[in-house]
Amino acid sequence: MKPTNNEPVRIGFYICHCGTNIAGALDLADVVKYAATLPDVALARDYKYMCSDPGQELIQRDIRDHNLNRIIVAACSPLMHERTFRNATEKVGLNPFYCHMVNIREHDAWVHTDRVEATAKAKALAHAAVRRVALHKPLETKKVPIHGDVLVVGAGIAGIHAALTLANAGKRVYLVEREPTIGGHMAKFDKTFPTLDCAACILTPKMSAVGTHANITLWTYSEVTKVDGYIGNFDVTVKRKPRYVIEDTCTGCLECIEACIYREPKFADEFNLGLGKRKPIYLPFPQATPPLVLIDPETCIEFKTGKCKKTCVEICADRRAIDFKQQEETQQIHVGTIIIATGFRVFDARRIPYYGYGVYPNVYNALEVERLLNAAGPTGGEVILRDGKKPRSVGIIHCVGSRDENTNRYCSRVCCLYSLKLAHLIKEHTGAQVHNFYIDIRTPGKSMEEFYNRVAEEGVDLVRGKVADVYPDPSDGANGRLVLQVEDTLSSRILKVPVDMVVLATGLEPQADAQEIRRLFNMSCGAEGFFLERHPKLAPVNTFADGVFLAGCCQGPKDIPDTVAQAGAAAAEALSLIVRGYTEQEPNTAYVVEEDCSGCKSCVPLCPYTAISFDAGKKKAKINEALCKGCGVCVASCPSGSIGQNLFEDDQLLSEVEGVLTYA
Amino acid sequence: MPEREWQPRIVAFFCNWCTYTAADLAGVSRMKYPPNGCVIRLMCSGRLDPQLVLTAFARGADGVLIGGCHPGDCHYVEGNYKTLRRFRLLSRLLQELGIEEERLRLEWISAAEGEKIRHVVTDMVEKLRTLGPLNLPGRHEEWDKEIEALAHEAQAHEREEAMSYAH
Repeated sequence: MKPTNNEPVRIGFYICHCGTNIAGALDLADVVKYAATLPDVALARDYKYMCSDPGQELIQRDIRDHNLNRIIVAACSPLMHERTFRNATEKVGLNPFYCHMVNIREHDAWVHTDRVEATAKAKALAHAAVRRVALHKPLETKKVPIHGDVLVVGAGIAGIHAALTLANAGKRVYLVEREPTIGGHMAKFDKTFPTLDCAACILTPKMSAVGTHANITLWTYSEVTKVDGYIGNFDVTVKRKPRYVIEDTCTGCLECIEACIYREPKFADEFNLGLGKRKPIYLPFPQATPPLVLIDPETCIEFKTGKCKKTCVEICADRRAIDFKQQEETQQIHVGTIIIATGFRVFDARRIPYYGYGVYPNVYNALEVERLLNAAGPTGGEVILRDGKKPRSVGIIHCVGSRDENTNRYCSRVCCLYSLKLAHLIKEHTGAQVHNFYIDIRTPGKSMEEFYNRVAEEGVDLVRGKVADVYPDPSDGANGRLVLQVEDTLSSRILKVPVDMVVLATGLEPQADAQEIRRLFNMSCGAEGFFLERHPKLAPVNTFADGVFLAGCCQGPKDIPDTVAQAGAAAAEALSLIVRGYTEQEPNTAYVVEEDCSGCKSCVPLCPYTAISFDAGKKKAKINEALCKGCGVCVASCPSGSIGQNLFEDDQLLSEVEGVLTYA
Repeated sequence: MPEREWQPRIVAFFCNWCTYTAADLAGVSRMKYPPNGCVIRLMCSGRLDPQLVLTAFARGADGVLIGGCHPGDCHYVEGNYKTLRRFRLLSRLLQELGIEEERLRLEWISAAEGEKIRHVVTDMVEKLRTLGPLNLPGRHEEWDKEIEALAHEAQAHEREEAMSYAH
């Protein structure tokens, strides 16, 4: 590819004040003066906000009035506004790839303190850009079609809401859930703050809508194992674990559970976090969706010994839904967009040993208490301790695994409110005296502060202090009672509060396998391990992998209203791509200059996308532009320098190197 | 303007997806680090042609910093492994040429590691300050002069010899 435009280069150089963001740290007038002296620069200006409409119009007017054919905008990161300025130049007929950005905000003004040095750096970067942009070529973006089907990974409230939104718009959705039922954490909650409506009442209608929706293919007890392809065209492999019950024939009558050789439920029940018991054949919970039983091969006698009477098979009779020989299956699907809604994991309170979780039976985490409060839970909604007694006093410790140098520094955002909710519900169920121990009460959001005031007025004892120790009451007849030692920081007194029950307001953490999920979908994680959004404010549901969107707590702790809002946003982003039908891709693909190619084939095995093949007739390498993603690995490896990369040509990069080093 | 004291100059090649984004994050987080490095954005660190590094040194860089995604995290599957291979070879080659090991540095910096940008740049600037200027263009000039002088000498010698034969 040779430059098609042979007119003399006329560069317009623009530097943005970004209010005081850049102007406060650099001497912009000095940079403008310097830029104006550089070769091919026809015009250099500064402006308060280049990205504003008047800023863009300024560029457009100058292109027309001054015959500019290259534009440099020295402003924020190109990851922020490159598209803005390319669009602006394209609108007045200049090829958008004649426009280049210089990052003098994130990489300069915001990180350096010495004004003189920061200004010098801006000049060096400006010089590099001036040299580079002169070598730019006009390019065309590639249009890639978007397949209309969507994959939603995770079927908690986020995945459910996103799937329904898309399915209601007429799109085919594959909803993949790892657990045997959908519903996620929300299905385990009793009531939700601040309205105190019951979680099941608002969630289960949505769950059954998912289960029966004609546009949703629901695969529970399944996991995504492989993702190939790119935005618009992903090939996804889903592993379906055997539940030993045939999905199409099981009617959900539950007679098999009744008939199981075990008369009584005997094994720890996962849904109730081990607080209740189940049989080897079970339904996770009454409103499980799909309403199908499954067999746990770890506890089933037939699996362990092969000598069970198989009373379950007997009762299932003609339906023949039980299949001990069921094997793992894999499914291949093709989708255009993906929504990740894999949720969170409850902080493991054993990591803070002085709170005694897992040691003292009367120490619970918050999710366990949700199950105790729930009418469908293991105690039928009675808050009773493991010995069957009702607690008369309860201590709730906030910030367990949040805002703590030793575990997680971040605030889990929902714990203050759910702790207040639990305080209210425990009081309501047991009449116990409830003490909440907090560092700060954080209740932002609509109706949340009002809820806090309401609970405080109900007589819940609120103590500002971080609990330092939980130990068994040494006095006679203590009977499992525990003592919380805490400094009340408002009265500067050390308190020793005896309670029957301790509730730990455990924080929200990334899923244990978040890193694997991240790799699978080519996303990034933030420092805490939650999936990283493309931009914290302007692209909060996008990821760095195009066509992959985020919803819910996998992106960071959040409450149900925010999760649902984000799920809707992720669905809308996917829908926007589908409705448009195509996406434009950066034309940064590699190409072979045939005259120079020696046919050595060293590039062929390097391409991770098998985009390079060898034309045996011509004895030349050939790059399939549709498969090339523009990494440039082949370009750097070609011994004869016969592979180029659009937007990242050798001469462009070399001129940048020379440019930054020329300014002294 | 008063004469600025010598400052090490670093040319940094950062991949678009991890390290460039980390440098953006360092900016958004207002972390402070010395202004000695200029970043050149590549889509992948695997695009880094050794020629770019050699050119940087030849044109006066005191150090070259390469930043890519952590192993296993490359946006293009495995470009960073190819970078690593090239880096090892290049590093040995540069040492053979008398360019100290610390002047070429490869770091894996993920999009979340703004703090690592601050640390790596600060640390590299400190190390380069201890090493002092590389000044390859200056050295080239000196070498050119030496070679020129040698050539002169040789010519003079030849002439002398020719004269002595003539006698």
